[in-house]
Amino acid sequence: MNDTLVGVVVGHGAVAEALVGAAEEISGIRGALIAVSNTGAGREALEERVVAAVAGRRAVVFVDLPSGSCLFAALHGLPARDHVRVVTGVNLVMLLDFLFHREEEIAAAARRAAEAGARSISER
Amino acid sequence: MPIVLCRVDDRLVHGQVVVGWGRPLDLQRIVLVDDEVRASPWEQELYRMAAPPGMTVEFASAAEAAPQLAAWEAGKERVLVLVGTIALASDLERRAPGRLRRLNLGGIHAGPGRRERLRYLYLSDEELTMLRGLARVGLQISAQDLPTSRPVPLSDLE
Repeated sequence: MNDTLVGVVVGHGAVAEALVGAAEEISGIRGALIAVSNTGAGREALEERVVAAVAGRRAVVFVDLPSGSCLFAALHGLPARDHVRVVTGVNLVMLLDFLFHREEEIAAAARRAAEAGARSISER
Repeated sequence: MPIVLCRVDDRLVHGQVVVGWGRPLDLQRIVLVDDEVRASPWEQELYRMAAPPGMTVEFASAAEAAPQLAAWEAGKERVLVLVGTIALASDLERRAPGRLRRLNLGGIHAGPGRRERLRYLYLSDEELTMLRGLARVGLQISAQDLPTSRPVPLSDLE
């Protein structure tokens, strides 16, 4: 089993696809992030999409909103917490940090990505 | 204040409900009628997280909700009654005849036997039959995912 983490980005509409595309464009790292949209999916179908994207691998799942259908799909569809961590409020800074720290232990990678994303928010 | 909306939405408590409808309707309480969620405290916690401050999310089984419909209708709070399936809406009507007056079809996604009627609404023939039955006993039924969308009457979903 490959120990490198994968990132699964789950979002409303085209949010996940756009963020993944932008992160790949900036980093030059392709294939490490998988986009999942909730478009056209009920609860069960969205859960199935998330579970299929993780595919049993060690994964950090990034969700756009801190609640709602996308978070529910991640937490309900992936109850085993040993190989999956869920981070909410995904943004581009968060994904870029993750892309360059995919060799780290999963909880540490998820935590540092979340902190990087949070630090990027400011008001001037 | 009466029940301001009774909605069928298979994503249950999510953004369209709490933001899209919650703000313009000034909702104070969402009652999620779902036997499975009623029995699962951790799922309830997830759905509570979706609601903004000032909006309560309450959970009830169909059997618990039916006798309370009259009280919610007569209460002071602005209530949205939310179910995940047309079968459950039909069950509520059977348990408490005449208590539901309008039914909003907000989001039912693709599934076995279902055909696309609108971008956000897939219905099987069986579900359409249930809806016709509800219309016959007096419910006004329309599909509308968001308040800014055009309501589509049941007759246009055939």
